[in-house]
Amino acid sequence: MTAGILLDVRGVSKRFGGFEALTRVSLQVREGERFGLIGPNGSGKTTLINCVSGALGSDEGEIRFAGHDITRLPAHQRTRLGIARSFQIPKPFVSMTVLENLCIPAEYAAHARFPGAGADVVAEAMEILRLIGLEAKAHAPAAGLTQIELRKLELARAMAARPRLLISDESMAGLSSAEVDEILAILLALNERGIAIIMIEHIMRAVMRFSQRIVVLDAGARIAEGGPGEILNNPAVEKAYLGE
Amino acid sequence: MRGRALLAVAVALVVLAVALTRLSANQYYYFAAYVIFQYVVLATAWNILGGYTGYVNFGSAGFFALGAYTAAILIKAFPVPFPVLLLAAGTVGGLLGLSLGYLTLRLRGVFFSIATLALAVVLQTLIVNWEYAGGSRGIYTMRPATVLFFDNYVEFLFVVMLILALGALATARWIEHSRLGRGLAAIRDNEEAAECMGVPTLRLKLVAATVSGALMGIAGAPFPYYVTYMEPASTFNLDYAVNSLAMPMIGGATTWVGPLLGAVLLGTAQQIATVTISSALNLLIVGVVLVAFVILAPDGIIGLVRRRRGGRHA
Ligand SMILES: Nc1ncnc2c1ncn2[C@@H]1O[C@H](COP(=O)(O)OP(=O)(O)OP(=O)(O)O)[C@@H](O)[C@H]1O
Ligand SMILES: [Mg+2]
Repeated sequence: MTAGILLDVRGVSKRFGGFEALTRVSLQVREGERFGLIGPNGSGKTTLINCVSGALGSDEGEIRFAGHDITRLPAHQRTRLGIARSFQIPKPFVSMTVLENLCIPAEYAAHARFPGAGADVVAEAMEILRLIGLEAKAHAPAAGLTQIELRKLELARAMAARPRLLISDESMAGLSSAEVDEILAILLALNERGIAIIMIEHIMRAVMRFSQRIVVLDAGARIAEGGPGEILNNPAVEKAYLGE
Repeated sequence: MRGRALLAVAVALVVLAVALTRLSANQYYYFAAYVIFQYVVLATAWNILGGYTGYVNFGSAGFFALGAYTAAILIKAFPVPFPVLLLAAGTVGGLLGLSLGYLTLRLRGVFFSIATLALAVVLQTLIVNWEYAGGSRGIYTMRPATVLFFDNYVEFLFVVMLILALGALATARWIEHSRLGRGLAAIRDNEEAAECMGVPTLRLKLVAATVSGALMGIAGAPFPYYVTYMEPASTFNLDYAVNSLAMPMIGGATTWVGPLLGAVLLGTAQQIATVTISSALNLLIVGVVLVAFVILAPDGIIGLVRRRRGGRHA
């Protein structure tokens, strides 16, 4: 892989009161890469993503994105630079339709970055809905969606920000096997368009198939990094998941 | 209705109001209509922060009174022309709103609301202890003898308040249909998601709080001339805080029509009750209607109408 480094996390720590949720975590994601982030429950995956997206400030370390130091940047500016995320627990804009949900990032992030480029926000949002397979629900209120539709909306809304890096936080949790394949296909299709993707997932079958490279967190620290094969055969990873 | 049709309606209303002052009807009608228009401004202003953005302000009385006292003190100090009163009260209300906006950095939900209540109490205490502003004894304001072509000052205030109400409604409607309004709705629905989707949440909240506060301050500016004698207890009255929150909630808090409907219906009911029974009933009326709506029709009258029509999202 020769592509440049898009996201560079250097020694990031995060404390909640006396509890250290992240301890000097470092990782790098390259342009267009399919990156897996795994670890047992409570190992700090979502916390790390919160620090990267700006939902939380970090206590220590540095985060760089596409050459910018974004460590102190508010979340909305990071989104405008090209980081978009889905939420583990879907957070739709419930008073809006599905289409209107997408118009928010389209207006506030994508068009803030590419002024004038494709001024038709609605046409752009419809195209993303088509890609994600949610176009039939475009005018339905977001409040009435099913679980898988909510997950798709999370991804579609993140896409509407026209990201260079998409972070998918457990978009497959609780879905049926067929639905997992559906989301997997969507993420692969998005990656085809040149978007780097961080996939956080407990469903090993999906992460292993998807990821080119994987980082493993355990108790807030990074314990392993490698390709899917290396990770599966790593004794430290096995210990973290199965205990002693 | 499109913007142009609404503008025509607004102009027609002002012309009609001016024509009505030629009738020299019972002065009471102008007094009553003034109060209703004043509530249209307060309810619309409250709704920009409360309904659109989701931050419930319990301190509307403080904003209103601050506007009123700003005007009263200015009148006492200098011979200021009327438009300057509006400008000054709007500026002071807007600055107070801006500081309220910064509160949203740390306080959400009910904690924010309690802070707004505390803010109003602090303001009232300041006025009570300020000798120049009349302290707890109150402050008298002399009405100018004549103004423009109106025979009577109250008729002038009646037309002014109608114009202010229309201006507030136009502001709210503009916000609602703009990118700003969509951003505020995203904040109301989920602030964290809004920020992560590129919405500069702090800046938008500051704008909403400032506009809301400025409009409330402006609503108070003509008040010294309206009552001619003001004292803190009645100017910081709970009625203002409760009404400016209840009216949008009863009308429907997600559109500019809601506060208008709520203010006209509840305001009229209160005026009738004041004349026929007693003004002590006003808060009781609001309380009962509000409880009924919160339980039976949480989206207000607008919500009821939309459901009847088959629930198309607008
Ligand atoms: N806002 C918070 N305040 C206090 N503690 C928190 C907060 N957010 C997370 N934690 C704690 O930090 C640790 C890491 O949580 P995090 O949600 O990042 O884990 P995760 O790897 O995403 O887990 P899961 O796989 O269950 O989603 C947990 O012990 C959690 O309880
Ligand atoms: Mg998590």
